[in-house]
Amino acid sequence: MRLSKMSWLIIAITVFFSGCAPKQEVDEKKIVVWHWMNDRKDAFDTLAKEYTAQTGIPVKFKLFFPPDIYSQKVIAAARAGNLPEIFGILGEKQSLGSFIKAGHVLDLTPFMEKNEKEWKKSFYTQTLQTTVFNKNNSYEVSPGIYGVPIDATLMQFIYNKSLFEKAGLDPNNPPQTFDEFITYAQTIKNKLGVDGFVCGWGEGWLINCLAVEWAINIMGEKKFVDTIEGKVSYTDNDWIKVFSLFKVLKESDILANDITTMINKESEDAFSKGMAAFSFNGSWTVNVYKQLASDLDYAFFSLPRVSNRALKVWGGAGSSFMVKAKSSNKIDAIEFLKWFTAKKQQSFLIKNTNNLPAIANCEEELPPILRAITDNLERLTHPNIWPYNEDSRVIEVMNKALQQIVMGIKTPQDAAKEIQEIKQRVANQ
Amino acid sequence: MNSYLKDKAVNFSFIFPALLLFSIFYIYPFIYTFILSFQRGDGIYTSQFVGLANFKEVLLYDKDWWPSMFYGGFITLFALTFQNVIALFLALAVDKAIKTGKFYRVIFFVLCVLSEIIVGLLTRQILISNPGIFNQWLSKFGLGFFIHNWLDAKQILFQIGNVKITHALITTALVHSWKGFGWAFVILLAGLQAIPEQLYESARIDGARSHQSFLRITLPLLTPVIVLVCILTILGTMQAFAMILALTRGAGGLTEVPVMRIYNHLRGSQIGLACAEGIVLGVVLITLSFTMLRISKWVRSRWGVLPS
Repeated sequence: MRLSKMSWLIIAITVFFSGCAPKQEVDEKKIVVWHWMNDRKDAFDTLAKEYTAQTGIPVKFKLFFPPDIYSQKVIAAARAGNLPEIFGILGEKQSLGSFIKAGHVLDLTPFMEKNEKEWKKSFYTQTLQTTVFNKNNSYEVSPGIYGVPIDATLMQFIYNKSLFEKAGLDPNNPPQTFDEFITYAQTIKNKLGVDGFVCGWGEGWLINCLAVEWAINIMGEKKFVDTIEGKVSYTDNDWIKVFSLFKVLKESDILANDITTMINKESEDAFSKGMAAFSFNGSWTVNVYKQLASDLDYAFFSLPRVSNRALKVWGGAGSSFMVKAKSSNKIDAIEFLKWFTAKKQQSFLIKNTNNLPAIANCEEELPPILRAITDNLERLTHPNIWPYNEDSRVIEVMNKALQQIVMGIKTPQDAAKEIQEIKQRVANQ
Repeated sequence: MNSYLKDKAVNFSFIFPALLLFSIFYIYPFIYTFILSFQRGDGIYTSQFVGLANFKEVLLYDKDWWPSMFYGGFITLFALTFQNVIALFLALAVDKAIKTGKFYRVIFFVLCVLSEIIVGLLTRQILISNPGIFNQWLSKFGLGFFIHNWLDAKQILFQIGNVKITHALITTALVHSWKGFGWAFVILLAGLQAIPEQLYESARIDGARSHQSFLRITLPLLTPVIVLVCILTILGTMQAFAMILALTRGAGGLTEVPVMRIYNHLRGSQIGLACAEGIVLGVVLITLSFTMLRISKWVRSRWGVLPS
């Protein structure tokens, strides 16, 4: 039998479009979670299996790595209406706000506040705050709680205790002030020939975190937020003081070579090998050092002070999960997240991933090095907590200006002028 | 339906699937990029029509855009000269190596097969000052006087306005050329092997020396291939990104090339601005490519290959 050309055409088109039908969800109860946390993959999978065994509801964690790729995938899935039941959103609070306004994220407030706010109260206030939108917020998002933090993160200074000892310094007394920090770093560098300070400043956000911590120490959080709001200029004397600290760091000759092209992984590697006395990194680094050099003798310490004002620590929810607003499984997804952030599961995550927990009262499970910094969870600062977010173009210019100050090719005054120029231009738009 | 239209419809149906795929994956994103370039927003929710504001920002106000084009141009110039001249010499040498030609072709091409990220990370590990593998090699071979910080962006070699030429930029250009010369080599070699041997034999009978054969036969007949290599080099190098990101992370903006700026703006949720930058870069590259074609035509007519 011979088919006519027209018959072939109909068959071809039918075959071509047959794959375009919307995928039917075979298992209505299944919960899919998208994440980017490569280091926690096994722990998540174990917990998923346990939950399935307890409830009969299948849970599947899907890892997409690296975070940049993950971020793009979530945006693409949101646009295509193809998000899973649970997912995380990386980036600024502005991005979370856009997801919410586009109707992709469920407001969890009623669930958090059930039973006299039982679930809500279990979290450290500031970690939960990163996904909270208050009344009249600048993002024009309906007030509510839009995410569930699964761990917490703090940015801290770290010092190598063995190098302190070898250089004749007291390993239990890290520097308290900026001047002491410079002196200690120089002493270790001169005596032992290792770098004073290493950090992945090739990644702009790390240099930015440190600048923010010093800015808040110098001018206070209110003036800092006023700058973002546009009420204070970046050419203000306090800001020049902040930028000048980086000039002092450069001139004191304590910084690792190539620090401005270095990524965080390289700096972690260098510090774990005892190639630097100090570093600045997140609390996740405990897990990293455990894998890179389990015998490394180190400890965290607070930001070397520049003034007597209260210190704030950059941090908050390390990672948060959101629930898809239009999911038919949203109640199951919420129940799973409640279970996931309960004490037993959080303790399991602490043991397996060495991260700070999102909920309070798990401290006894923490390794001593992390237990020592849990107090800082009460004095966190983070762009997601501030009432306003700085425009990414201003942040980009600031990061580059700071890198160039560290290279010695830009003065703090020029940097301030440049940042204010872009700030002004963005404001005029 | 008359038979003419029916035939047309049936014929069209055969290209329809390809056309559909092409429209979905090429034409739609292309048009959508244009639409986004006139908007301000993060691509998820907010999208405010801002007319030509993004283009004005890129062309007139963004202090880092034109330096990034210059840095991209600097690396391209390096690739056009250093990389392509080496590729031409190697192609000329391998063209005559009958027995070992295949071996060299594989050796020179192998670098092109490697991922840009891998090359960037590997060369960074070799060039970074601590532990300084490359510097240690130099020292071992008695070239200690040549040791310096290869990825150093602190020392400015020369400066033109806002643009600063540093060791990091030159190293980036060298690594890019090293990674990319295999492409040029393979294309040029194919061009050389397409030149009929009889032409060289006739020239030899007429008493032409080897440099005369090169200037009068090889170079004119190779001109279209050289132009093709130049166009591909410009397009490829101006869009280089991953290797430079892995090697220097932009070095505080001093090795930041146009695609890196686009990437940074995409990450910073400045979708409209990133699209406008992409379009500006595209227009510059198309203009350069057409200019190269015009130059090629002129060269060929000047050398007598085409009628003037």
